Amino acid sequence: MNEVDLATTKVHELNAALHGVTATAGERSWNVLNPRGHHSIAAGLNAPLSVLVKGHVGYYCGGMNKEADVTITGNAGPGVGENIMSGLIRVKGNASQYAGASGHGGTLVIEGDAASRCGISMKGVDIVVGGNVGHMSAFMAQAGNLIVCGDAGHHLGDSIYEAHLFVRGSIDSLGADCIEKELRSEHIDVLERLLQIAGIKAQAKDFRRYGSARKLYNFHIDHAHSY
Amino acid sequence: MCGIVGLFIKNPEMEQQLGEHLSNMLLEMTERGPDSAGVAIYHDSVTDGSTKITLLSHGRNYAWDKFEHDISAAFGGGTRTEIRADHAVIVVAAAATDVHAWLHQHYPDLHLTSSGNTIETFKQKGLPADLIDRFQLRQLRGTHALGHTRMATESAVTTEHSHPFSTGLDLCLVHNGSLSNHNRLRESLRKHGVEFQTDNDSEVAAGYLMWRMREGATLDEALQAAIEDLDGFYTFAVGTRDGFAVLRDPIGCKPAVMAETSDWVAMASEFRAIATLPGADDARIWEPEPEKIYSWQRA
Repeated sequence: MNEVDLATTKVHELNAALHGVTATAGERSWNVLNPRGHHSIAAGLNAPLSVLVKGHVGYYCGGMNKEADVTITGNAGPGVGENIMSGLIRVKGNASQYAGASGHGGTLVIEGDAASRCGISMKGVDIVVGGNVGHMSAFMAQAGNLIVCGDAGHHLGDSIYEAHLFVRGSIDSLGADCIEKELRSEHIDVLERLLQIAGIKAQAKDFRRYGSARKLYNFHIDHAHSY
Repeated sequence: MCGIVGLFIKNPEMEQQLGEHLSNMLLEMTERGPDSAGVAIYHDSVTDGSTKITLLSHGRNYAWDKFEHDISAAFGGGTRTEIRADHAVIVVAAAATDVHAWLHQHYPDLHLTSSGNTIETFKQKGLPADLIDRFQLRQLRGTHALGHTRMATESAVTTEHSHPFSTGLDLCLVHNGSLSNHNRLRESLRKHGVEFQTDNDSEVAAGYLMWRMREGATLDEALQAAIEDLDGFYTFAVGTRDGFAVLRDPIGCKPAVMAETSDWVAMASEFRAIATLPGADDARIWEPEPEKIYSWQRA
């Protein structure tokens, strides 16, 4: 196990060392100390690493992640796991705005709350939030699953294309073209699988599902007055 | 992009190190705003009937001796002057309105950066490190303070356009964001007698709050009204004689984080500014919600 103290090492040095690890060579297990809100910690990883960041991180931690398993023991700043491709990012505290933005794959677990725009433009990532999400979450979501164990803010799923949204608590309001949909057995399976990965004890049947009404896919002349 | 910081001391022992902590926070916000930097610091209240003003001169070798002589002659003894770089903090045994009128008449070349009972403001073009060094900010003590690092997105990069903006007594504002209806609002406020010194959008927000409070609103009420009347993006930190308040616009794009321990309450654009404070890792940390007013006041 390698240990890097960001009180004495620059973030770009840490990231260069992490980028040097390949699927077949290099130390897989890393601890990062004193993150103190620095930006882009463990961003751009591209190998099956295990990185434990002990503390609070700033912008874009774990951005563009591929294959790696990144755990943040504290809070995360804006854009944690932005454009994640695969692997797992876990935030044990709260996450700031646009967590998991435009993520293509992999899993993002936020054990606390996520702020506004969680999962904005998500394209296949699975996001599990133990607490609440802020307004405009899953805005323009295209694929993947967003599971919210707490409440959701205003305009959930606004202008959603596809993606499955599951919320256990209350919702301030649904966004344009986002509607409640039936929770079928295949959705229960998805919920159970992802809640297990997240390590969150919740009953799949307690969630309600939301998704696209598919009314905004094409311009419709009857809706001309709305523009 | 800009960086803002605020620090409110709860443990009186820490008041001696306010300047030190504020400086460390401000340095962390350098990349967010390298154009200019400024602080407002609250300490050493003057007695009722006296006024503390901070003045900005143009040029380093201003004849402050002559100024002090003139203002003492105008308002009698008891004036005190402290020079910091091209700023001077002056205590005058007279009401603020009288001091302002005298300045306007006799020293229109001096820029009044703040006025009140407790507030002092220092700002200039350039990096926060230069501000801290030139104004010896680390020595300052006090009860609470705000700071700003500016990356200009609209009006000019000058010392006068730098934050904090102070338009009312002991009231100041720092802003991360941009307002889109500031020109119309400035004209409207001018009709109500609010004076502006620049064409900066953030100064309009400061002037707006001052006008609301002059009309009888509390700070919280003024901020609540601002949500309706100000159009644009903002995270504001507002300082008053007794405390400070934080407000984010309804969209909440501009970042903000807050933290509290038994010794202090802090806000900043990013956690890394707060990370410099003692006990930050164990602080209660949260992101202020949009449209919600957070305020602290000295009991």
